[in-house]
Amino acid sequence: MIDKRVASLTKAVASIRPGDVVMIGGFGSAGIPYGLIDALAQTGVGGLTVISNNAGAGEEGISALLRCGQVARVICSYPRTPGSIWFERRYEAGEVELEVVPQGTLAERIRAAGSGIGGFFTRTGYGTKLAEGKETRIIDGHGYVFEKPLHADIALIRAEAADRWGNLRYHATARNFNPVMATAARHTIVEARMVLDEPMEPEGVVTPGIFVDAVTQYEVRP
Amino acid sequence: MNRLSDDDVARRLAQDIPDRAYVNLGIGMPNKVARFVPEGREVMYQTENGLLGVGPAPAEGEADPELIDASKKLVTTIPGSSFFDHTTSFSMMRGGHLDIAVLGAYQVAENGDLANWATLDESHPPAVGGAMDLVVGVPRIYVIMRHVNRDGSPKVLRRCTYPLTGPGVVSRVYTDLAVLDVTDNGFRLVDLAPGNTLEDVQAVTEARILS
Repeated sequence: MIDKRVASLTKAVASIRPGDVVMIGGFGSAGIPYGLIDALAQTGVGGLTVISNNAGAGEEGISALLRCGQVARVICSYPRTPGSIWFERRYEAGEVELEVVPQGTLAERIRAAGSGIGGFFTRTGYGTKLAEGKETRIIDGHGYVFEKPLHADIALIRAEAADRWGNLRYHATARNFNPVMATAARHTIVEARMVLDEPMEPEGVVTPGIFVDAVTQYEVRP
Repeated sequence: MNRLSDDDVARRLAQDIPDRAYVNLGIGMPNKVARFVPEGREVMYQTENGLLGVGPAPAEGEADPELIDASKKLVTTIPGSSFFDHTTSFSMMRGGHLDIAVLGAYQVAENGDLANWATLDESHPPAVGGAMDLVVGVPRIYVIMRHVNRDGSPKVLRRCTYPLTGPGVVSRVYTDLAVLDVTDNGFRLVDLAPGNTLEDVQAVTEARILS
């Protein structure tokens, strides 16, 4: 029998190891798996590379991992937001490395990793500082930059609902990076606002369960 | 010299958003434009975090904390709205499906170069977001900004000195002093804020403005 449900947030994050590359869904405060991140902060597991759109704001979410000194490296598109104090503090002290990636390139690098694609050419970033040192090519008269896939050990995902097969659907703009990140990690862990007793209506599934390894419930909305 | 308020610059730009357009508005001053689009035009706003058809701020007590725009403000849906994930969102942007993007800028140059994501101050972490994806994929890039910096230094330049968001991408610039088109020959005046002359504006512009 397939049953990906896990009893607690703590059990769900127990497989995360020091030095792991961890993708974290969310944009702003929508779609961030706050429950899983909090559980990860409590483990104290360190040396993590975090891949996410932002680098946390306030004291919760990715900020908690930065505050606890668990993050060695951040790969994101927009680290500086109102309230990103913990990121800025660690960055200015030289305690965290930063790789800035244009947002669409970040999404597509993750998609490539999850889809078995060895990289792609994009016009994004051509002729800018972010293309320095990268392979470029002129295709039909336009300049393109070669970008590589971005894999992770772990993906932490926030969904609106999940069933025991790991099928997921999302709510409003809390979808954002979650579906694509779910495809790109060796081990994908989900917190869902609702864990359904019944199978999800197949037409409504956004992330098919094959991409998901563990599902746990966390009812709180941001 | 007569300077338009930010709202009035947004109002001027909004006149150039046609009926049925698909538009992405950047964070800050660009976000004001939606309020001033003339009645009778149906415009679909896209926000990069996964909503096409961005509606106004929610009524009191009806806010959904998971329904936000790219500046993290609470928004609503409108008839015809759709939700989608980030890969689909950036297919809309890079794939040429949007008609117009309105962006803020640190600097714009007469060759259409745009700098709006990083300065020369290395102590602050850079933040690029979706700007580089928009400028390569959206056919019309409108920049909205103040004409000069607070210290009086020019932002409308012969060449950008800050790191580029994209080379040769800007179509038109809307400032508190003038509207300028980017042409093969450099900036060309479209119109002036009421009460100003071209000579006034040229005096605070590094690049040459063709009349």
